[in-house]
Amino acid sequence: MDTAMETAAAARHGHESHRLYLWVWLYLLGLTALEIALALVDVFSTMVMLVILMALSIVKAGLIVAYFMHLRFERKSLVLSLVPGVVVVISLLFAFFPDSFRILELGTQ
Amino acid sequence: MAEATAGQAIATEWDGGAFPYAVGHKKLGMWFFILSDSLTFSALLIAYSYVRAASGTWPTPFHLWPSIAMATVMTGLLLSSSLTMVMAVAAAKQSDHRRTVRYILLTMAGGLGFLVLHLNEWATLMAEGVRFSQNPWGVPLFGATFFALTGLHMIHVASGVIYLGVIAAGVPRGRFGYEHVEVSGLYWHFVDLVWMFIFPLVYLLSFGGN
Repeated sequence: MDTAMETAAAARHGHESHRLYLWVWLYLLGLTALEIALALVDVFSTMVMLVILMALSIVKAGLIVAYFMHLRFERKSLVLSLVPGVVVVISLLFAFFPDSFRILELGTQ
Repeated sequence: MAEATAGQAIATEWDGGAFPYAVGHKKLGMWFFILSDSLTFSALLIAYSYVRAASGTWPTPFHLWPSIAMATVMTGLLLSSSLTMVMAVAAAKQSDHRRTVRYILLTMAGGLGFLVLHLNEWATLMAEGVRFSQNPWGVPLFGATFFALTGLHMIHVASGVIYLGVIAAGVPRGRFGYEHVEVSGLYWHFVDLVWMFIFPLVYLLSFGGN
């Protein structure tokens, strides 16, 4: 491949990735709008809202990590070194959570 | 045969060799920092949820105007600054210094706008009487969780703006290259990502009606 073709290919690739980033940005704005609309409509209980909002936020975080932070295009060994550990440790943090209902259920005795 | 097998083993990505992740040390270091920082913010968000679940009626002081509307604009600013940041990284990859600096400056402007609106939000709440351990609505820890969570995030945004400023100043002089811009971008996207959890958990779940 000669230099001119390489430059053209690089420019085309750059253009395509710009469109990809633009789409990711639009998806993120759309999901945010959905979250705000759900809050304004206010038909769900706090617990249901919590589950819906967390699910949407995890999708948004995934989009940011995969495309803006480019992790989707990194080597698999890097992804596997970074992601599962964080997921496990964050899950472990929830081990404390049932205790939060103790005061309301059992009082402070 | 044995030699050929050894050669193949070095070539597989699992064996690692000298370059197991195929990223530079700066980028790997930033990923490890993001790893630890994400656990800090997770712990704070879970502590906030814990306190909220353990309290009776949590205050819902965020009305459509100005709090939710402003927080929505702030979310838009951070998301858009992430977009300009990926544009800056793409420009840096093509060694286009002028466009790199311009997009980094746009990113910084988004961060500064976020900071101004957020400090204004803090001032509004403080004028309503919210302090670290007291507020007019009952649950004393509301202020502690709110200020700790959003305050730590604000410090991250402020340091991010300074970090990007240093990078932008060094790019035209050739002091900082593509990898520096890319790594500062990783940090900036992470700050954006954290807000994607703070905004729904702190603001939308405490929506106090119109």
